[in-house]
Amino acid sequence: MVVMKMKFPFQKRVKLAQGLWLLSWCATVAGATTFTLGCLLKTELRRRAEVMANTDIHIVPNTLMIVGLASLGINYFASKICQDALDAGRFPRWKNFLKPYFAVSCFFTVLMLLAIIMSYAMKGSLESSLKAGLRNGIRFYKDTDTPGRCFQKQNIDRLQMEFQCCGNNDFRDWFEIQWISNRYLDFSSTEVKNRIKSNVDGRYLVDGVPFSCCNPSSPRPCIQYRLTNNSAHYNYDYQTEELNIYLRGCREALVNYYMGLMNTIGAGVLSIFLLQGSVLVSLRFLQTAMEAVAGKENTEIETEGYLLEKGVKETVMEYLDPVLTFLLLKNKVEEGTAGETTTAPA
Amino acid sequence: MAVGKITFTKTEREKLAEVLWLLNWISVVTGAILFGLGLFLKIEIQKWQEVMSEQGILYVPHMLITTGLAACGINYVGSKICLDCADTNKFLRWKLVMMPYIVCTFFFTACVLAGALMCYSIRSQLEEALYLGLRNTMRFYKDTDTPGRCYLKKTLDLLQIQFQCCGNTDYRDWFQIQWISSRYLDMTNSAVVDRVRSNVEGKYLMDSVPFSCCSTLSSRPCIQHNLSNPGAHAHYDEQSQQLNLWRRGCQQALLDHYTGTMQSIGLTVLLIWLFELLVLTGVRYLQTAMENVIRLGDPDSESEGWILENSLAETACYNFSIIKTLGKCYQVDDDPNINVPTAAADQEAPSAQVQVNVTS
Repeated sequence: MVVMKMKFPFQKRVKLAQGLWLLSWCATVAGATTFTLGCLLKTELRRRAEVMANTDIHIVPNTLMIVGLASLGINYFASKICQDALDAGRFPRWKNFLKPYFAVSCFFTVLMLLAIIMSYAMKGSLESSLKAGLRNGIRFYKDTDTPGRCFQKQNIDRLQMEFQCCGNNDFRDWFEIQWISNRYLDFSSTEVKNRIKSNVDGRYLVDGVPFSCCNPSSPRPCIQYRLTNNSAHYNYDYQTEELNIYLRGCREALVNYYMGLMNTIGAGVLSIFLLQGSVLVSLRFLQTAMEAVAGKENTEIETEGYLLEKGVKETVMEYLDPVLTFLLLKNKVEEGTAGETTTAPA
Repeated sequence: MAVGKITFTKTEREKLAEVLWLLNWISVVTGAILFGLGLFLKIEIQKWQEVMSEQGILYVPHMLITTGLAACGINYVGSKICLDCADTNKFLRWKLVMMPYIVCTFFFTACVLAGALMCYSIRSQLEEALYLGLRNTMRFYKDTDTPGRCYLKKTLDLLQIQFQCCGNTDYRDWFQIQWISSRYLDMTNSAVVDRVRSNVEGKYLMDSVPFSCCSTLSSRPCIQHNLSNPGAHAHYDEQSQQLNLWRRGCQQALLDHYTGTMQSIGLTVLLIWLFELLVLTGVRYLQTAMENVIRLGDPDSESEGWILENSLAETACYNFSIIKTLGKCYQVDDDPNINVPTAAADQEAPSAQVQVNVTS
C-alpha cells in the first residue's frame, strides 16, 4: 500500500529536478542561518551566565548549531543528487547511498522540530535556574573582597540598570539580606548596633536598595533608603510611589527577554524546518520517479513517484530492524548458548 | 606646453573608457557610503542634542549627505559618458556636455574635501556647545514639572550612566546648583530653611550628587551625600573615594565620543576624496584624448591626452579673462577708445572707398 503516489511525465521530472536544485541551495543558506541563530542564542545566554545556576537551557542553542551544520551537509548532497538525477548514466551510483541518507536527514529534520519544542518546554527550567542564580548573586553582592565573588556586585548593578529591574522577585528581596558589607559599617554607632541586635542572625538589614534599582524616569531624586517609612521623606507615599525605583523583578525581566528571543528564533527555525522538509519530500519523489526509468531505453516515459513503498508502520519497522537485530543478536547468541547447555544433558 | 601629457593608442583609449566605467560605478557605491556616513553622524548628534546648546554642528552631516547624493548622481552620469567614450561616434553626442561635466565634478570633489576637513575642525565648536548645553541641562535637572524641560532629568541620568561621567567638568558641578526640586523639600524643617537661607540666591545647595553618578566599579555601596566630608562615612579612604563616583566630566566624555566618531568618518571621506580625484583625472584624460582624435580625423590613430592644455598660469589667466568678459556683457563701457555716436556729430565718418578692380 503505497503512500502518496503521483504521476511524473518527463517535463515534470525535469522541472522537479531544476526546482529542487534551487530549493536545496536556499535550504543550504537556511542551514547556515540556523547555525548562526544557534550561535547568537548561545552568546546571549553566556553573557548572563553568572546569574544562572545551571546550563540546562544551553541544550537549545547546542541542538540548533548541530542541526544547522548537519543541514549544510544534507542540502549539499541533495543538490548533487538532483544534478545527477536527470542523467541516467550518473544516477545509479547514488543507489546505495540514498537509504541511509534519508534516514539521517529525517532524523536531523525531526531534531530541528524538537529544538523548537524544547525552547518552549524549558521555560520552567530557565526560570528556576535564574531564581537560584539571582538569589546567590544578591546574597554575595557585599562580598567584593572574596575571590570568586568579587564581581557579583558589578554584575548585579549592571543587570539591574540594563534590564530595568530590581531584586529577584521584586525590590523587597533586598530587605531580607545584608547587602552592605561589615567593612563599611561604623560599629561604634548606636543605630548600627541596634539594627544588628534586632535580628537573630546578627545581620545588618535595611529597608533600602542599591543605587542600581533607581529609575531615571522618576520626577524626583531617587529615594533608596528608608523606603517603607513615609515620614522619613517629604511628600512620599510608599504604597503609591511607582516611578521611584524599578518595581519589576530581575527574574521576570530576564525570563521575558530570553523567551522573546527564543520565540523569534523559533519562528525562523520553524520556517527553515518547513523548507528542509519540502526539500526532502521533493528529493524522495525525484528518486522514486527516476528509479522507475532505470534500465529502460526510452528515458522520456511517464513514471510514477511515491513517498513510501509500504505503509508508514512497515517502513519504520524496516529501518529499525537492522538496529534491533544488532541489539537482539547479542541476546540471541547468549540465549542460544544457554539453550545448548540446558538441552545437552537431556 | 601641456600639463601631464600622455599619448594614447586606440586600444589604450578603449581600455581607459572601460576602466573608468567600472570606477564610476564603484564611485556610485562610495557616494552611497558617504550618504550613509552623513546620516549616521546626524542620528548620533541628534541622540544627545538636548545637551548641546546650539545645533550649528549639524552642518557637517548635512554637507556629507548632500555630497553623497551628488556623488551618486554625478558618477552615474559619468559611467554613462565613459561607456560611450570608447567609440568616437558616440562620443560626439557627449562632446558639448563633457567640459561642464568635468568642471562640475571638480567643484564637487572640492566639496568632498571640504567635508572631510570640516570633520576634523569641528572640535572647538563642539566643546563650547557641550559646555553650555550641559550647564543648562544640569540647571533644569529639577524642573520635571515644567513643559519643555520635563525630560531633561531622564536624559541627563541616562547620559551619565551610559557614558560613565558625572557633571560638566567633574562631580563638583552638582554642588553649585540646586538639583532637588522645591516640591520635595520640607520647608517646615529648620535644617532645610537654614540651608536655603545660607546662600544669596536662596537655593538649596548640597554637597551631594544624583544616583546616576554612582560608579558600578566601586566595591562598596554608593556614597552620594556628604561628599565634602569623608569623615562622615565609615572607612571612607582615598581609594574608596576614587572608585565611588565616575571621575570624568560629561563634557569630556561626549567630546571624546564625537571626536572619535568624526575622525573615523573624516578618514573615510578623505579616502573617498582621493578615489574621486583619481576618477576625475581619468575622465579628463579620456575627454582630451577623444577630442584630439576627432581633431586629427582618423579614429584609429594615436592621440594625446592632457590635464591642462597650457601651463597652469596661462590657463588661470585665460579663465579669469573669460569671467571678466562674462561680467562685461551687462555693463555700460567707459572706455574712451570705443566710438560712441553723439547727437552733435552730424558728420558721418567718411567710409573708405573700396577700390573695385573691374577686369576687362
